[in-house]
Amino acid sequence: MRREIAVLPLLAAVIFGGFFLWGLNPDRDPSEIPSVLISQPAPEFDLGPVDGVDRPGLSRSDLVSNDRAVVVNVFASWCVPCRAEHAVLTRLVERDGIRLFGINYKDKAEDAAKWLSDLGNPYERIGSDLTGRTGIEWGLSGVPETFIVDGNGVVLFRYVGPVVGPEAEARFMQALEQAGAIQTEAGS
Amino acid sequence: MKRLLLALALSLVPIAAGAVEPDEMLADPALEARAREISKDLRCVVCQNQDIDSSNAGVARDLRLLVRERLLAGGSDAEVIEFIRARYGDYVLLKPPLEPSTYALWFAPVALILFGLLAGVIVLSRNRKPEAVSALNEDDEKAVSEFLKRSDAGDAS
Repeated sequence: MRREIAVLPLLAAVIFGGFFLWGLNPDRDPSEIPSVLISQPAPEFDLGPVDGVDRPGLSRSDLVSNDRAVVVNVFASWCVPCRAEHAVLTRLVERDGIRLFGINYKDKAEDAAKWLSDLGNPYERIGSDLTGRTGIEWGLSGVPETFIVDGNGVVLFRYVGPVVGPEAEARFMQALEQAGAIQTEAGS
Repeated sequence: MKRLLLALALSLVPIAAGAVEPDEMLADPALEARAREISKDLRCVVCQNQDIDSSNAGVARDLRLLVRERLLAGGSDAEVIEFIRARYGDYVLLKPPLEPSTYALWFAPVALILFGLLAGVIVLSRNRKPEAVSALNEDDEKAVSEFLKRSDAGDAS
């Protein structure tokens, strides 16, 4: 009996040590919010175009019958990180042939139009979400956020924050490859 | 005078309402009270650990408006919370639901307290009754008497 009790401190140390190992892991982001959308169909929404931008609006029906996975990026002209991310997304469209849809979140039409004419417009379609209601449907916690949606409208991946920097871009590229969002020779 | 009183009364509203702005409030005080209660159980997804009722974040405001919109549409408290939960997951609830994945969260404190009490009781009850000196058993008795005999004979080794 006494021998068994002697194991208890060791056991406690192992349990707490394991907990700390998990809790203090620098790769763990405690503020990361798990998305309920992953592996779920994209939410119902129907957004009109942004005034002054020559791209059609975006609705759920545009996401359900695509030849390959597409990227849905939530952005705004007032969002500073979006500016940095814009260059990355443009490169992905031009170099890797991803199909990019945009949701313009709580933005003034003229600001968005100016932003896009200044920086270029890599988006195939842009829906204007003035009220932020569609953002809620997507479980948005801020801008930018980027989703990968497969050809049938099922959400595969969510990236919170700007896809900027080697680490973020590598993670996003990997997700794009796994989702089959990158244009292949055969598909082009 | 009436206007002044109204202005004074309105100036108190923000204090009473935290982050809830006057234009968000519902005309029906009963519904508004329900909305406030629901908002206190919903987490702001931007400024985590704050409920949306007291958060000034844009998304929190949108969610507050959504809660009121659903209440006006005739939803029950549970339906409104479920509506938000369907979009943001369990994470949005400040009080996590009781389900297998949260058993540890809910029961670990109770289990640890019980374990501590049990350990305490065992240790204390042991100390209470010191071991009574029992009589030697037969084998011991024999060994001792033999030893004594031998030492009497002058051969103690």
